[in-house]
Amino acid sequence: MSNSRRSFDVLVVGAGPAGIAAAWCAARNGAHVGIVDNNAIPGGQIWRGETQNSRVSETANWLRKLATSRVEILPAMEIFASQEPGTLAAESADGMHELNYKKLILCTGARERFLPFPGWTLPNVMGAGGLQALVKSGMPIAGKKVVVAGSGPLLLAVAAYLKTHGADVRVIAEQAPWSRLIQFSLLLPFRGQKIAQAFALKKQLSRIAYRPGSWVISAEGNGKLESVTLRTGQKTWRESCDYLACGFHLVPNTELPALLACELRAGFVCTDDFQESSIPGIYCAGELTGIGGLELSIVEGQIAGFAAAGQPDKAREYFGGRKRQRRFSAALERTFALRNELRPLPAEETIVCRCEDVRFGRLRSQSSWRAAKLQTRCGMGPCQGRICGPAVEFLFGWKAESARPPIFPAAVESLATSTCAE
Amino acid sequence: MPSAFSVTVNGKRVGVTEDMTALAAIIVSGTTMVRRSVSGEPRGALCGMGVCFECRVTINGERHCRSCQMRCAREMDIRTDE
Repeated sequence: MSNSRRSFDVLVVGAGPAGIAAAWCAARNGAHVGIVDNNAIPGGQIWRGETQNSRVSETANWLRKLATSRVEILPAMEIFASQEPGTLAAESADGMHELNYKKLILCTGARERFLPFPGWTLPNVMGAGGLQALVKSGMPIAGKKVVVAGSGPLLLAVAAYLKTHGADVRVIAEQAPWSRLIQFSLLLPFRGQKIAQAFALKKQLSRIAYRPGSWVISAEGNGKLESVTLRTGQKTWRESCDYLACGFHLVPNTELPALLACELRAGFVCTDDFQESSIPGIYCAGELTGIGGLELSIVEGQIAGFAAAGQPDKAREYFGGRKRQRRFSAALERTFALRNELRPLPAEETIVCRCEDVRFGRLRSQSSWRAAKLQTRCGMGPCQGRICGPAVEFLFGWKAESARPPIFPAAVESLATSTCAE
Repeated sequence: MPSAFSVTVNGKRVGVTEDMTALAAIIVSGTTMVRRSVSGEPRGALCGMGVCFECRVTINGERHCRSCQMRCAREMDIRTDE
């Protein structure tokens, strides 16, 4: 293990759209800026597999801006602790790294929300974004039968992507009802933006059945997925498939801001006009502050970047754009709110915590997240409740507790180095 | 073009390119079960972004590697639970 220590005026965590925008803006005025990400290549989830040659000019522009800037890129590094204010501990394949900062911008993004139903632990049942990420990283999908299900605009983008890569997308099952989607679609002409484009992916999505008001009630198969059973109203039907791509919109990755004691409200980080959190010098941008998609992430990143670099007047220029995007974010939340019919889906023996194989029947009698952890080990495995936490919040109303280090499993050597660093 | 080479998945040679992840190589090899859960259930990848830890395998002798986060490299030896 080789250890390193680096210092930055501004350190950005997360190299998705918000982080890239923040880092680039922060570096405009000569600040020494670093951007750290757990992936090998910048872009985050939405720009995974994209390059400076992307056909989407905005994507290409931002990736080029980052590559040609003086921002120091720290790839394939996982942050797992903060020993003291102004310092983060990160681990990579080649060792442990101490990252010191004067200002910190957190852009850790979001993950999919997963809800348990019978059969959801079978191999080949994946997240919607999960399956897309796998195909982007080399998994063949041509000729495979895929059911896309869950909730959110991501489902459409995923279905279009999979179809373009030769998948036979059988159906898109969106749990939100038509009535809300129609209201939502009325907002779209005023945006002309990425999520709107998902709804406008008519060509790719033609001949794929989009079924609002429907959801998966079980997945079946012997050792791996063979079919799914769906429901709409009182009607149920079965679709045979090779893959189920199922995610219920997004939840923010708040583990690091929680560890740093940033104030959260309703699951998101509270920020002021300049994207600064309740902890002075720590800014947050993107999905952490509310699920709002690509454009809101970029504009929040720009504001955070300029503000952290001491250029509040530059940051102010983006306030108007952010206000417009936030209206859309509120509409997203209303439109894709989860329906109550999803709560009774798990059976007694359905696994809720996939790390520790804790079943629904054992959890039902617990009084809180804390009790469930102590009595059943729910959320105590390597994912540390990132998958089952949002599920039990929906199923039982349990709120996650504050984050404790290490927020990601770290090698014993790293933990030892981090505690004994001084 | 990304360069092409081979890795081994449970002893079987699989042709890959450098832009593929170890998880993609596992799937290309025809393996659907990536690991067994603590109670012995077969599992495959779920999140595809390094959060869920369902795709963890042994790579070059090192256990608990998240195969969705690791790119294929020459002579990489990947072992899933069998």
